Amino acid sequence: MWTKEEILALLAKVMDPEIPVLSLLDLGVITDINITQENQVMVRMTPTFSGCPAMEYMRRSVEETLTEAGVQDFKVQMSFDKPWNTNKITANGRKALQAFGLAPPPVYQVVPDLDILEHIACPYCNSTNTILRTPFGPTLCRAMHYCNNCRQMFEQFKPL
Amino acid sequence: MNELAIKELLYTLADNQLILGHRNSEWTGIGPILEEDIAFSSMAQDKLGHSLAFYTLLHELGESDPDTLAFMRNAAQFHCCHLVELPIGEYDFSLIRHFLYDHAEAIRFEYLAQSSYEPAAKVAAKLRGELKYHLLHANTMVKQLGNATAESISRLQQSLNYAFPYALGMFQPSPYEADLASSNIFPRESNIQAQWLESIQKILAQTQLQQTAVHTISPVLGGRLGQHSEYLQPLLDEMAEVINIDPSTEW
Repeated sequence: MWTKEEILALLAKVMDPEIPVLSLLDLGVITDINITQENQVMVRMTPTFSGCPAMEYMRRSVEETLTEAGVQDFKVQMSFDKPWNTNKITANGRKALQAFGLAPPPVYQVVPDLDILEHIACPYCNSTNTILRTPFGPTLCRAMHYCNNCRQMFEQFKPL
Repeated sequence: MNELAIKELLYTLADNQLILGHRNSEWTGIGPILEEDIAFSSMAQDKLGHSLAFYTLLHELGESDPDTLAFMRNAAQFHCCHLVELPIGEYDFSLIRHFLYDHAEAIRFEYLAQSSYEPAAKVAAKLRGELKYHLLHANTMVKQLGNATAESISRLQQSLNYAFPYALGMFQPSPYEADLASSNIFPRESNIQAQWLESIQKILAQTQLQQTAVHTISPVLGGRLGQHSEYLQPLLDEMAEVINIDPSTEW
């Protein structure tokens, strides 16, 4: 019999293909792990951005990881039942983003307001003397900001 | 649950997203500045993601799989409005279309998130967060260019005048509108249109653009019922080029 802890340990090694320092667990896209009485492992995932082409890749990575670990009977499902938002990125994940040079999304209460896109701390020099240049970037989940202090562009994992 | 009414609503939502998504993607590589190239490309990707979410709901109701729905139907089977079909034109038209469309879409998603049809409510609750960025982008650019130079203002004004009858066509009612409204699945299009007018007016009032009196304009209708402009079929042919050469191919 597989245990939930064993499956979690396996999934902790599956990384976001576009942000290779961030595991899918820290990203918060694994919403449920269930092991049935027949030892079938059920993993539920939810998309970050609905048009993100990496989602299918992430699902396949999960399947490959389970297969390689010898899990024979499993099912990986995509679902909107527990929708993802950036508050689901763990503290560990936020640190990893920062170290990667991507400003982590601010944690918000109730509903994210677009005001929280202003004065994001620069991941290089930590100054908040920054300005949102465009809410779109090299991937769907990133916005582009400019730091007036160290005078360079930086990317932010944008709040959703 | 009125399944026919729900399917017609889902097709309309999905087809509008798919077609506008494809139109937006035509800016990839040729945007007037890099940020706008990236913005239109990103919004294109989001819109395809949104259409996929609604086609997936249709598939769960017994319709074909999402790829078949997106690529294997002809124009008469599409429910999108004429506004999204029009060629991208110059940047000012694409910006105005995006502004007019996404203000309506944001209102639709807010209502849909409250829908008694739970699968669609869940999808809309998720997608509306992504749509906020589209609105932010549209409003920022319209406010900037609507107050910039004589040329930018007159270009936006001309595009606004040209696009407006098409934009009103977004609010063509569903043949099942009464059912949808009475079962709290989706409100009447006239409600959405009234809120949309207020919503765009708030932004236009901060620019030097004039909105023409709505009651003097006849909307361009027909899309929802499968009557389309001359521009849709060629777009569909282009979208389906690969799948038509080899239906079993993966890409």
